[in-house]
Amino acid sequence: MDERNFQYMFYGFAAAWCLLAVYLVTLVGRESKLRKEVDNLKRMIEEREKKG
Amino acid sequence: MRNKILVAVALLSGLYLIRNLYYILLVLPDEAAQGAIYRILYFHLPGWITSFTAYFCAAVASIWYLVKRDQRADEFAVAFTEVGVIFTMLGLATGMVWARIIWGVWWVWDPRLTWAFVCWLTYMGYLMLRGTIDEPGQRARIASVVSLFAFVSVVITYKSIDWWRTQHPGAVLSFRTGEQRIDPAMENMLFHNMVALVAFAGVLMMLRLGQERMQRELDALRRQAHSL
Repeated sequence: MDERNFQYMFYGFAAAWCLLAVYLVTLVGRESKLRKEVDNLKRMIEEREKKG
Repeated sequence: MRNKILVAVALLSGLYLIRNLYYILLVLPDEAAQGAIYRILYFHLPGWITSFTAYFCAAVASIWYLVKRDQRADEFAVAFTEVGVIFTMLGLATGMVWARIIWGVWWVWDPRLTWAFVCWLTYMGYLMLRGTIDEPGQRARIASVVSLFAFVSVVITYKSIDWWRTQHPGAVLSFRTGEQRIDPAMENMLFHNMVALVAFAGVLMMLRLGQERMQRELDALRRQAHSL
């Protein structure tokens, strides 16, 4: 492979892959946070209904 | 079942991307003038096509919402838009790195680049706007109208390489030019990476869609908790 400008090609590829990886990690983190909130609320509602 | 399909598509698109990377770096011929940097094109162009596809789907979902008032359509619209914004950022970032070497600057305000930036800003505005409206029906209605207006910037950005002859290179794909302007092997790889990125974007979109549904469930549970 012609190695002229290889360093900047690497930067471009790294930017693309990092962007996708960071978004994927953000999505997974957001999902687990939402799931936790839903579970907590469900538990709270169940407890309130039992008391009521 | 849905999760299994999602994981399978994610794995397949990931493997497809790795296979493409191997071909891009080690098999494809070099470009005479640009050196290795031309290989960024294999992510730049498919990234833009993926984002345009996502915005098109978001516009269709927005029309669907405005016609049917179906909340699911709004969920699709926001999921497609967010993924589209990520791929727009990918297109902008890879383009800037390429420009730094070929033009000697990271950015120029020529009409093609400016419209790409306007497109990104418009959809960022769409996402921010959604965060400012609490009532779900009103949010979906206003967001759908904004999404349709924002799609105008997509059409202009897509057509900008035909309408304005500026510093940014013109169209290279044969279905746009009607002739073979680049090596067929290179064009073929552009299509391969387009398919891989669109499949990966589909996985991201489905993940985001699941969250939007979960958010709706959370809102309903909050209302239930308040009423108790």
